[in-house]
Amino acid sequence: MDAIGLMVTGIAEGGFLRLTAIGGVDARVLPGQPVTVHGLEDLPGVVVQPPARLLPPEIGNNPVPLEHLLVDVGLLPRKVNELIRVGDPISFAQPPLELTGETLAGHTVDNRASVAALTVCLEELQNRPHAWDVWVVATVQEETGLIGAYSSSYQLRPQIAIVVDTSWAKGPGANDWNTFPLGKGPTIMWGPNIHPALHKAFKELAEQLEIPHAVEITPLHTGTDAFATQVTAEGIPSIALGIPIRYMHTPVEVVAVKDIQRAGRLIAEFIAGLQPDFMDKVTWDN
Amino acid sequence: MPSIGNTQLKLLEKLCNAMAVSGDEGEVRQIVLDEIKGYADQVKVDALGNVLATHAGSGENRLKVMLAAHMDEVGFMLAADEGEGIFRFETLGSIDVRQLPGKAVIVGKEHLPGVIGARPIHLVKDEELKNKIPLDNLRIDLGPGSTKVKPGDRATFATRFQRTGPSIIAKALDDRLGVAALIELVRHAPANIDLLAAFTVQEEVGLRGAKVAAYAFDPDLAIAVDSTPANDLPAWDGEENTAYNTKLGLGPAIYVADGGTLSDPRLIRHLAATAEAEGIPYQLRQPGGGGTDAGAIHRQRAGIPSVSVSVPGRYAHSAASIARIEDWKNTLALLHAALSQMPPELLTSERV
Repeated sequence: MDAIGLMVTGIAEGGFLRLTAIGGVDARVLPGQPVTVHGLEDLPGVVVQPPARLLPPEIGNNPVPLEHLLVDVGLLPRKVNELIRVGDPISFAQPPLELTGETLAGHTVDNRASVAALTVCLEELQNRPHAWDVWVVATVQEETGLIGAYSSSYQLRPQIAIVVDTSWAKGPGANDWNTFPLGKGPTIMWGPNIHPALHKAFKELAEQLEIPHAVEITPLHTGTDAFATQVTAEGIPSIALGIPIRYMHTPVEVVAVKDIQRAGRLIAEFIAGLQPDFMDKVTWDN
Repeated sequence: MPSIGNTQLKLLEKLCNAMAVSGDEGEVRQIVLDEIKGYADQVKVDALGNVLATHAGSGENRLKVMLAAHMDEVGFMLAADEGEGIFRFETLGSIDVRQLPGKAVIVGKEHLPGVIGARPIHLVKDEELKNKIPLDNLRIDLGPGSTKVKPGDRATFATRFQRTGPSIIAKALDDRLGVAALIELVRHAPANIDLLAAFTVQEEVGLRGAKVAAYAFDPDLAIAVDSTPANDLPAWDGEENTAYNTKLGLGPAIYVADGGTLSDPRLIRHLAATAEAEGIPYQLRQPGGGGTDAGAIHRQRAGIPSVSVSVPGRYAHSAASIARIEDWKNTLALLHAALSQMPPELLTSERV
């Protein structure tokens, strides 16, 4: 449930804030970006790109690196020093937008889309008998090292971990093999992080229910909490689903609402269909 | 006496949130027409879309004083429909392409929401991070199936007006600050002059509205009311910032020389003397580039003595600019005082 963002590293002359990034942020999307500085009060501000004359000459017309960007909160320096301290987090303030075609744009769609998908799953399970116990975890600190996934899966020690995250949707700037169409269903990931029996079960279920989906090949690392859950304690069989979003890690990520619903439903159907001895029957192919 | 209170701030909010990209100023024009209705002797919309409002004074030997504030803002025009709600676009007016990735926009008359995205950082090669994302690689994305807009429609940043402490954060403060101030001046027009108010179009694409407005008005003198950059940020190496242009909080900026105009010294002197007599803070804008409607006005007909007065503002032509309410108040106060105290013989002295 955590978001990428920024953090105050210092207060420059005039009350301007210096920054660092929390998680993977492309500094090129920052100039002109509305933000909230979480000081003693939440303060609106803007990430600003100083004029060329105030920057190292070699930057010229090139992107201004994060270390030279500033946040302006529009307050007098005295007030800034009173309300803001080094280490205060800064979040994106772009309000969510409803775009055409039942799509939404906003910051932190990665990974609030998946938090929403899990609520869809829980709603579905309200009226469905299920043999297995279910824990839903909204993890922390995924963007900085999957920290919450390690600790929560250790504590809960589930027999299966189902991870939901976002994947790269096809669109401007992204059209390679590792991108998937927006609004055409979630991905079911496949690679060393993924337990083959779980992949097979999800794939067959999606086909049987005619839920649109794609297989996402993740040759090394899924880039999700499944990388953590898989190696927690004695090891937890893990599967990861991806909800395709455009412009990942920008404040204007775009998701199709349908894909959120499909991911939630697919997980609910999987859980409802789990036999008590599902994992006992798993055998390894040679 | 005009003043800035909640009513004026509400009006500024409405003006900033409106969309009036050069050549499509209708939305702001309508607000202006509504706001000045009943206050001017004559109001007309000319061939280019300028609003020309005249308020005749009642004294002897009245000077005909033109004031110009531009209604248009920088923005975008959809250039090609690539399907699925994705459009290529071009910029209108001077916009640094580095300000565009990751921004929300509004498109067309209905203000349809859209976004300018960027490739996910995970897919960006290290080398690529060193280069700016060129306009050719950026798209406006309205969501799949959007049929309500088409190439030729305009778009602008979606930023909504907000206040924080002594400041305003909004798009298009350049030049809605001027437009709102000029509306107040029309509503409180001094009687000693003939006030010729031009709410101009297409300033950002070459001062085109001001050129014909000045011809039509044929004034004795002109003042462009605009917003000018305050580049009062710290220098990266801790050296003194000597090229700040203007600074927030120091009051209205009087122009001596910019990229398009050498201001008439008599007008500069009158403005500065008025400010000093009235105790209104002011600053002289550092001579340099940039320009205002005065650049077109002062060359009209046989030459029109001109000057510009601007509200300082940071980060013009980006998604979010910042200005101080106090600077705006003082700009309005200075303009009103300078007009009210403008002697009929102001221009009879030597130019220098």
